[in-house]
Amino acid sequence: MHESAKTTPSTSLPRPSGLSGFASDWASDQRTFKNVSWGKAMMWIFLLSDTFVFGCFLLAYMTARMSTTVPWPNPSEVFALHIGGQDVPLILIAIMTFVLISSSGTMAMAVNYGYRRDRRKTAILMLLTALFGATFVGMQAFEWTKLIMEGVRPWENPFGAAQFGSTFFMITGFHGTHVTIGVIFLIIIARKVWRGDFDTEKRGFFTSRKGNYEIVEITGLYWHFVDLVWVFIFAFFYLW
Amino acid sequence: MVNIPSSIDDTVPAAEVEDVELYHPHSWWTTYVFSQDAKVIAIQYSMTALAIGLVALVLSWLMRLQLGFPGYFTFIDAERYYQFITMHGMIMVIYLLTALFLGGFGNYLIPLMLGARDMVFPYANMLSYWLYLLAVLVLVAGFFVPGGPTGAGWTLYPPQAVLSGTPGGQDWGIILMLTSLILFIIGFTMGGLNYVVTVLQGRARGMTLMRMPLTIWGIFTATVMALLAFPALFVASVMMLFDRLLGTSFFMPAIVEMGEQLQHGGGSPILFQHLFWFFGHPEVYIVALPAFGIVSDLISTHARKNIFGYRMMVWAIVIIGALSFIVWAHHMYVSGMNPNFGFFFATTTLIIAVPTAIKVYNWVLTLWRGDIHLTLPMLFALGFIVTFVNGGLTGLFLGNVVVDVPLSDTMFVVAHFHMVMGVAPIMVIFGAIYHWYPKITGRMLNEIMGRIHFWVTFLGAYLIFFPMHYLGLLGAPRRYYELGESAVNPPSAHDLNVFITLMALTVGAAQMLFLFNLIWSLRNGKEAGGNPWRATTLEWQTPTTPPPHGNWGKELPVVYRWAYDYSVPGAPEDFIPQNQPNSNRLSMENAS
Repeated sequence: MHESAKTTPSTSLPRPSGLSGFASDWASDQRTFKNVSWGKAMMWIFLLSDTFVFGCFLLAYMTARMSTTVPWPNPSEVFALHIGGQDVPLILIAIMTFVLISSSGTMAMAVNYGYRRDRRKTAILMLLTALFGATFVGMQAFEWTKLIMEGVRPWENPFGAAQFGSTFFMITGFHGTHVTIGVIFLIIIARKVWRGDFDTEKRGFFTSRKGNYEIVEITGLYWHFVDLVWVFIFAFFYLW
Repeated sequence: MVNIPSSIDDTVPAAEVEDVELYHPHSWWTTYVFSQDAKVIAIQYSMTALAIGLVALVLSWLMRLQLGFPGYFTFIDAERYYQFITMHGMIMVIYLLTALFLGGFGNYLIPLMLGARDMVFPYANMLSYWLYLLAVLVLVAGFFVPGGPTGAGWTLYPPQAVLSGTPGGQDWGIILMLTSLILFIIGFTMGGLNYVVTVLQGRARGMTLMRMPLTIWGIFTATVMALLAFPALFVASVMMLFDRLLGTSFFMPAIVEMGEQLQHGGGSPILFQHLFWFFGHPEVYIVALPAFGIVSDLISTHARKNIFGYRMMVWAIVIIGALSFIVWAHHMYVSGMNPNFGFFFATTTLIIAVPTAIKVYNWVLTLWRGDIHLTLPMLFALGFIVTFVNGGLTGLFLGNVVVDVPLSDTMFVVAHFHMVMGVAPIMVIFGAIYHWYPKITGRMLNEIMGRIHFWVTFLGAYLIFFPMHYLGLLGAPRRYYELGESAVNPPSAHDLNVFITLMALTVGAAQMLFLFNLIWSLRNGKEAGGNPWRATTLEWQTPTTPPPHGNWGKELPVVYRWAYDYSVPGAPEDFIPQNQPNSNRLSMENAS
């Protein structure tokens, strides 16, 4: 179907150099980003869009925090855990952050083993990533429970500005939803890796496209993004 | 012998990706209903958008009846009037214009104009439509719930949007509106990712970015903008939904309603306005840029002349897209924000006039000494240019803080945005439908009905909106249920309102003729053939018309030139399709 290119280098126009060469590379035919598959391009653009969602959430939170007339609760007190007779500030968040960042490490290893077509290690590492993710969500549920028991509600809380509860539940909830979706996808893809779907190029149930190990990397992109977002939430919500 | 400039290079790189395997439908349901074919999805999007647009048209009639003949139509009470305003605005801007330009024309034209078999993710594309339909149904459900749809105005400003004094504020209306918006945005994101990735990564051999028709540039840039602007509306909708359902106070300050202190307090209504307009202003260009692109192609094709300053046109589209993200607060001069912001936003707003003016000049220069065929698409394209210039000029008034403040919330504003982002893009939509209908159905739309439709719509739109500018300068406020006997509503102004109402009814009736034409021509239109306009772009070069699933048959097209080779000196015909190689070389290859 694809006859070889009618390329006769002597007759083709000279490639422009410098900035215009850069521009013409980008504008060249068929693909703007060479060696980037459709799926990967889509994930990057989706993440860009999702960045704006989280960006708007965080900006809204900052606006609320700066413009409220009632004092904002002190995060190191509100998020402290009572361990061994004293309050340890931010201990739970530190552990959660550690778990989530570790999961990014295992995810990166899974991607690597995926490209080496090591089915067993890829699947195990993906499941480990999912386990870390689920642990994170579990600890978040614990934190929510603790705050709710102390009387924090989306519309009020005993520590100060009402917007504290509303932004906290909204933003961590939205991020937790992202993590949960990621965990579900990790498990689905890990199962496919385990079964060897990507070695046999089994077709997808919905899309009838051939499976391919690149999906591990695409899932990884999403996972690292969710992780990165958490760093910002951590910084702006807990450390401010 | 054909003499084609030597800068056109016939060497085309080899295919980088293997030909896609498409999902092959097995039943009637998967072929026509749950179809993954971008063309079917495009038609589904367009039909849904036109259907809901018809609802919005009827709502505008009802509003005009109230304004022209206050008191005669007793079923239009104040609450209903505000509900009509709100739904009319929201439907027209989002569910009609955005969906039709991106979901409709985007889906139909992107794969065809780029020489692709389909969108890159047909399954997500299908989901996009069904979520859109769901969003429309949720929106329409507002008419049938207790309390009716929301009457907060299409901008949904808090705190009034969620208070009991506003129709639907404490009933179902606002909840359904926000839910519908959230669904629309999720659905749009699925489609939008498709459009962007298809343009970036799914083009035919030889189709460089700088050979893409401007239609694709417009739709592409608008989609990128939509993917970055809709998140702000998404966030605002979620937060307001929480304010309404959970009693949070994101946007709700301390407030006393009917003598009772509400539970809310400490929120920022201006924050909503910032989020809303960070979406809302790019939204204007999300609608306008596809219109700019399409109109460029219509003018070039029907004036048989290459577009003037193609590169400039592309950069103007991109620059307008980028600038539109830093002008949003010019909608908020009277909101009580820091007055210093006004200076910055007025400056950026007026800077946008530069790339926009470049585009207008280039359209006019394309027409200059062209072989202008006054076909229906050309008429609508010309109508667009005039209307857009008119609407744009009043934009200069409203972009300046000192002039805007007295004109704010008057009929002048209504007239301005209806000219520039209502009538002008709609003109392009009509032109585009007259232009591409033969490709979609294989038949031409009826010419006589089309001409009646054009002249009534074009002249009628001016007769509606020109007097409205005057009313605004008199001081007639917008969104008022009735003006009664007041200084801003002398008897002469009221007569104008009656006149505007009659014109609005007439123009609306002309749209019924258009819809009838769409259906009538399906069977009775003239056979169009594959390329009735003798156009260069790839969608007209498909082996069969209408194009089948997969668009191109066995061989994907290869692109050798830009989209605007009209009236090339020495060429045997006055157009050279994009997929036609330099015939010199072709004959050489055949000989060897």
